[in-house]
Amino acid sequence: MADQLPNTPKLDELEKGKWPSFVTEIKMAAKRSPMAADLLGQLEQSYNEKIGYWKHGGIVGVMGYGGGVIGRYSALPEKYPNISHFHTMRINQPAGWFYTTSALRKVCDIWEKHGSGLTNMHGSTGDIILLGTKTDELEPVFDELQKIDFDIGGSGSDLRTPSCCCGMARCEWACYDTMALTHDLTMHYQDELHRPAFPYKFKFKMSGCPNDCVASIARSDLSIIGIWRDEIQIDKAAVTEYAGKGMDIQSDVVGNCPGKCINWDGKTLTIDDSYCRHCMHCINVMPKALRPGKDRGAMLLIGSKAPIIEGAFLSSVLVPFVKIEPPYTEIKDLVDKIWDLWCEEGKNRERVGEFIQRVGLSAFLDEIEVDPIPEMVAHPRENPYVFYEEYEEDE
Amino acid sequence: MAEAMQERRTDYGPPHYEQFLPPIIKENYGKWKYHEILKPGVMVHVSESGANLFTIRAASGRLISIDKIRMFCDLADKYCDGYLRFTSRHNVEFLLSKKENIEPLIADLKKIGHPIGGMANSITSIVHTQGWVHCHSAATDASGIVKSVMDDLIEYFENMKLPGKLRIALACCLNMCGAVHCSDIAILGVHRRPPKIDHSKVNKMCEIPNVSASCPTAAIRPATVDGNPSVEVLEDRCMFCANCYTVCPAMPLNDPINDGVSIWVGGKVSNARHEPMFSKLFIPYIPNNPPRWPEVTGAIRNIVEIWAANAKPYERLGEWIERIGWPKFFKMTGVQFQSEHIDDFKHAGLTFKRSTHITF
Repeated sequence: MADQLPNTPKLDELEKGKWPSFVTEIKMAAKRSPMAADLLGQLEQSYNEKIGYWKHGGIVGVMGYGGGVIGRYSALPEKYPNISHFHTMRINQPAGWFYTTSALRKVCDIWEKHGSGLTNMHGSTGDIILLGTKTDELEPVFDELQKIDFDIGGSGSDLRTPSCCCGMARCEWACYDTMALTHDLTMHYQDELHRPAFPYKFKFKMSGCPNDCVASIARSDLSIIGIWRDEIQIDKAAVTEYAGKGMDIQSDVVGNCPGKCINWDGKTLTIDDSYCRHCMHCINVMPKALRPGKDRGAMLLIGSKAPIIEGAFLSSVLVPFVKIEPPYTEIKDLVDKIWDLWCEEGKNRERVGEFIQRVGLSAFLDEIEVDPIPEMVAHPRENPYVFYEEYEEDE
Repeated sequence: MAEAMQERRTDYGPPHYEQFLPPIIKENYGKWKYHEILKPGVMVHVSESGANLFTIRAASGRLISIDKIRMFCDLADKYCDGYLRFTSRHNVEFLLSKKENIEPLIADLKKIGHPIGGMANSITSIVHTQGWVHCHSAATDASGIVKSVMDDLIEYFENMKLPGKLRIALACCLNMCGAVHCSDIAILGVHRRPPKIDHSKVNKMCEIPNVSASCPTAAIRPATVDGNPSVEVLEDRCMFCANCYTVCPAMPLNDPINDGVSIWVGGKVSNARHEPMFSKLFIPYIPNNPPRWPEVTGAIRNIVEIWAANAKPYERLGEWIERIGWPKFFKMTGVQFQSEHIDDFKHAGLTFKRSTHITF
């Protein structure tokens, strides 16, 4: 079919250069898929005319599921008939994005048979994205995915596919087992993941340490970030080795400590852990010499999101430290309380962070039965507009 | 049919990750002691048990074909006993227990056009959205800008000579599927004209109260237009977020003459040193200039080079700007400060300079 590829001089420019080219990828797929060939044609037209040619949404799916398939239709179906439907399927990735080649090859075989042959590895939320197929092919794809034990991910106003860093599988900084928690929550909340019943989307992201490799604090309604609460483990010999190899410990390590709690006298490094802010910098710089403490768990933070509607939020502290151990009852109980409240009182398309902003954090905490603590705020309020609830009567 | 329904499984969830972990990881799960970066794109994790796990990180586009996945699989079969993984930023990682396989694997990856790098003080792959490839609300393409920017910055992917990490992200509209709002450099597609309302369709396709409620500045109100129940937009209040279009297909904002990108700088996600920060507006608008958006790649190279030449070791872009102050950053980069840079949304006053801490 290679001789039928459309003429794409603009896109061809993007096959030059050293970074892997998505145009080359689409062309590879187009050798066997007329869908990918029409995608090239439509995309070249977008490049010429500086506008996209996809219609707005459309509800499609597979039986028994309310989410996980994104309907997509070309606005130019007569010109590009093979992408008149070009739906996306979100496939729940295995936690940590580890694969065997045999499992990946099976996914590829399904997508060769039933789809465009194009994917995203992975989408922003973490799913395997199978990019582009027709409505008639959705059920057959799902049928085959079942046989290889891959299930559909989230979309719309539901729990979105949880994702995590590689945690204990390949990181010495993991303060809890991110992959185990991610898999457990994903399995526990299958109904919430597959059937949109929330006011809006809800995301969990699990990071094993405050370096936050999955950007949990910026883009998850519940951010679960690994942390420790005892002393950073110091290997004195390894500190000496770093110094011996020319590291400027005073400037690079001590000088960058936000808690100003590290001391280096040229021979010995000491840390006053009661002032440590758990930022990870010293550990990042000297991974051989410093390690997180042994009393490990996670901090729960709530409410982050991108700008739409009320502006972008970062998550804020909800529970400073919790042990993360199966069956994770403490987290699930808290999540259930949050969802009960938000599903009852939240407005359409209101993320939980916006809901908290609207009703007030104090009122929210009261409803989910969590006591207010100073760790939850950067500082106490600066305005005097207090909703006092207690007062004395003149008897 | 009834039989078919009975056989149908749902809600079985993703495959358990354990079956995808190489033996060396299963044996050393939770026992890693430290890691070292051996050279750009290559690191070793050392276990309490003494085991060494080598990771090779290769660039990969977010949009890849099954042909490429199969090529990655061939390499993983050849060098890694059939195991591989992907990162949160679209890179592909090969996990090796045999050190002697590192160089042959790198050579094979380079043969299929995938550079090695993206570790430590480098620029790694750009997290991005679908753009014109697959989205209805895109104000720009995503993959094309990403490819152009990374072609230009490839030296910073393949080595570790920057003062600190630099994370770039791109979202093709304000919906920000890529959540780019805490990136060292964010490229954000923007619309600049109000929705073009198809009054004959609003009432058929959309819930009018939802459309009104969707507007962050309360610029949309119910109205009857040419006999159609519809909405009107107070255009001087519209800041082109396109949230109304998200809930109502009859209100498109896409405009080939006025759509383009904005550039934001100084955000971070990691807690290292400074707390996480949002990115701040730096260049309000650059017109779309496909296929290679040279004005965008040029603006980003300018930022990267000035930061690289002036920041202290480990200082991320936002930390450096905070130290030197925004006026100096605008001056050093030669970018004109203008009215768009001043916040006028909710709580805007918190971003005003409220002290005498200014350099001259």
